[in-house]
Amino acid sequence: MEHARLQLVNKLFNDRPKSYKYNLFQMKLLIDRLTQHYNLTDYKQQRHNLAFVTVDKQLSPDIITHLRDYEGFSHFVLLSCVDWIEDDKLQLTYLLNQPNHKYEIGVRVLIDRKNPEMVSLHKMWKQIWTYQRELHEAFGIIFPGSPRLEENFVLEGWTEKPHMLRDFDTKEYAERTYFPRPGRTSNDPATYMREKLYPNQPVTAKTNKND
Amino acid sequence: MSDLNINQKVSEMLQRSEANAQQDEKTFVRPEDELREVVAPDGSIIKINPLYDYYSGERPQEDKPKNAIVEKFLNWARSESIWVLGFGTGCGSIEIPPLVTPRYDMFRFGVQMRATPRQSNAFIISGYLSVKTLKRVIRSYEQMPSPKYVIALGSCTINGGMYYDSYSTINRLDKYLPVDVYIAGCMPRPEALLAGFGELKRLIKEGKGEKANEYARNFDEYKANQKKIIKDWNMPDYNW
Amino acid sequence: MSIYYKLGYTLLGLLIVLNWGMLMSAIFRKIVARVGGRYGIPYYQPWIDLIKNLGIRTTLSHGIMFYLGPVFRFTGAVGLFLFMPVLFGNEAWANFSFQGDLVLILYFQLFGMLGMALGAGEGGHPHSAIGISRGLAQHAAIELPMTMGIIALAIQYQTLSISDIVAAQQGSVLNWSIFTNPIAGVTILLAALGAMGHSPFNLVKAPNEIPIGPPTEYHSTFLGILMSSGAILHVMEAVLFMNLLFGGASNWFEMILKTFLIYFYSVFVGVVYPRFRIEQSVAWFFKIPLLLGIIAILMYSF
Repeated sequence: MEHARLQLVNKLFNDRPKSYKYNLFQMKLLIDRLTQHYNLTDYKQQRHNLAFVTVDKQLSPDIITHLRDYEGFSHFVLLSCVDWIEDDKLQLTYLLNQPNHKYEIGVRVLIDRKNPEMVSLHKMWKQIWTYQRELHEAFGIIFPGSPRLEENFVLEGWTEKPHMLRDFDTKEYAERTYFPRPGRTSNDPATYMREKLYPNQPVTAKTNKND
Repeated sequence: MSDLNINQKVSEMLQRSEANAQQDEKTFVRPEDELREVVAPDGSIIKINPLYDYYSGERPQEDKPKNAIVEKFLNWARSESIWVLGFGTGCGSIEIPPLVTPRYDMFRFGVQMRATPRQSNAFIISGYLSVKTLKRVIRSYEQMPSPKYVIALGSCTINGGMYYDSYSTINRLDKYLPVDVYIAGCMPRPEALLAGFGELKRLIKEGKGEKANEYARNFDEYKANQKKIIKDWNMPDYNW
Repeated sequence: MSIYYKLGYTLLGLLIVLNWGMLMSAIFRKIVARVGGRYGIPYYQPWIDLIKNLGIRTTLSHGIMFYLGPVFRFTGAVGLFLFMPVLFGNEAWANFSFQGDLVLILYFQLFGMLGMALGAGEGGHPHSAIGISRGLAQHAAIELPMTMGIIALAIQYQTLSISDIVAAQQGSVLNWSIFTNPIAGVTILLAALGAMGHSPFNLVKAPNEIPIGPPTEYHSTFLGILMSSGAILHVMEAVLFMNLLFGGASNWFEMILKTFLIYFYSVFVGVVYPRFRIEQSVAWFFKIPLLLGIIAILMYSF
C-alpha cells in the first residue's frame, strides 16, 4: 500500500516537469506559427502556459480571429485595460484560453490615449460587449457598434472624466464632493504603534524593514 | 459609425469632464417612468406620469409626540422591541449574522431582523456606503414607518475611514441621513454592535429617538445634499 | 342565560385566549432558540412587539381592501372562537355553538386566508401575488385531507355539532376519537401540522423568503392586528383538534394543558424538520394524509 502510494507520488512528480516542458514547447511552436503570418511587436513568456504578445491595433482583430479559428483558443477569459500615461497609451489585453493544450495567450493592443477607440469584437464572443461597456465607463474607450455601450455599468449617472484614468484625481474629487470631516488626520500604522506602544524598543531590522 | 462621429464623441467626452456640465433632470428618467398617454376603455386619453402616479409626491410630516405619559410608555416598548432592516450595505454587514448565533444572541435584548422596511424601526448602515447604495438606502429609509432610527457602523460612516479618498464612497453619513448612534471601529466587533443597541435603547427611553422628525424638519437640506451626489435622481423626492 | 352575560363571558374568553396564544408563541420561539443553543427572547416579547406596533406613528394605506385584509383575518379568528365550544358542559364557555357549527368552523378557517389574499393583492408589493397564490395552493392541499378526516368523524358520530362530538367522547380516555377512530385521527393530526403553520410548511409566511408573502406591506396597527389574530387562530385550531380528537376539556386548566400539547406537537416537528417548498408540501399532503382520509371515509360509508 505504502509502496503504491510512493509510486503514485513519484509518477506525479515526474510528470510535472514533462508537461511543463511540453507546454512550453507547444507555446514556442504557436508563437513560431504566429510570427510566420503576422508581425508581432513584442513577445513575453510569462509562465510555461501563459504568454503575452503585443500586436498592432489594425492587426489585432485578424490575429484574435486566427487564434480562435485555427489555433483552438475557443474560450475568451477577459478583457482588461492599463493606462500608460507616461507613453500616452492605453493597453488593452485580450486573454484567451486554449482548452485542449491548457495554455493561455494574452493579446496586448496599444491604443492612443487621446483618441481611445478600438474595434468591437462582440460578434466573436458575445460576452465581450459587457467588458467593452465596463471599459467605456472606466477609461472612456469607444467601441463602435458595441451594444448598450452608453449605459451605466457600475456607477450611476457619472458626469466626470472616466474614473480609472490616472489623471483623474480621486482624492480631489472626493474632497470636492463628499463633505470631508474637518480635523481628520491619518497616521502610518507601523510608526504610530512604535511611538505610542513601544517607545523604548530600539528600531531593528525586524521592527521596520524600511529603516 | 463613421470616424467623424467618433472624434466628435471623444471631444464631447473630454469637454464633459472639463466643464462638469449640468445635466437636466430628464436625462436619467428610465423608459418605463417617462410621461406617456394611455387610452382608457371608454376611449378617453389619460396622461400618466409614473413618477407621481405610482408614488405619492408628498413631503414627510413631523409626527410630534402627543401625550408625555403615554409616550414614555411607548418609548419603553419601542426600546425593548427594535426591529432591524436586513440590508447589508458594506463590509460591516458580515458583523450582523453573528448576532443571531448562540454566541451573541441579540434576541435577548428584543432586537430582531425583518425582511421589509415597512416593519423595521432601525437601519444599520454597515460600513462604507457607495453612492449607488446610498440611493437604495434612502429609498428604504424613507419607506420605514416613523419613529425610525439609524445606526452607523464603522469609521467609514463617520469620516470616510480608509476609503476617505474614493470617488465612489461617501465620507459623512450624517449629511444624508440623521444618525442616532455611531459605532466606531474598522470593523467593530459584534460586541460593539450590541453595545450600540444598548446606547440606542437608552436614547429612545430618554425620548431622544426623534431623528425621523429631524429628517422631516430639515428635509430640504438633506435632499439637497443627497441630490448633489446622486446625479441620476429618477425617483420621487420622498418615497412613501 | 341573558345575552349580556353571554357577551361578557365571550369577551373575557377572547382575552384569555389572546393572551394564552401570545404566551404560546413566546414559548414557541423560546424552544426554537433553545434547540439552536441560544438563550432566546424574554417571555413577554410578543406583548412588547404588539404595543410597539400599535404605537407606530406612520400608517400608510393602499386602499380599502388593504385595510380590510387584517380585519378579515381578525374576523376569521374571532369567528372561530365565537362558534367553538371551548369548555365542555359549561353553558358560559360553549359560546355561540349550535347544531352544525362544524361546517361553519371549517369555513372560518379559510375566511381569514381569503381576506389576506384580497388585502395583500392591493398592497404595492409586486411579489405579494406570488406569496398569496403559494399560500392558497398549500392551504387547499391542507384542507382536503383535514376535511376528509373531520367528515369521517361526523359520519362516525352521525352529527355536525362539535358539542355532540365532545359529549360522545366522555367517560374514559379510550372513548377519545383518536382511539375509537385512529385513521381519521391520524389524518387530522397530519393535516394539523400544515394548519398550524410551523416549520415544514411555513414557507408562505417565512420572513426570509424573497416574497415574504402576504404580510410584506403590513406595518404598525395592521401588523398588530395580524399578530393578535394569529395568536387567537393558533389557540382555536388547537382547541378544534382537542374537541374533535382528545375529548374536549371540562375546565380551563385541562384546556390549556391539552392545547399546549397539541400546539407543541407541531412545534417539535417543525424544530426537527427543515422547510418544504410549496410543491413538496402539496405533494406531501396529497400522498399519505389524503390516502388515510379516503380510507377513513370509506370505512364508515359501508
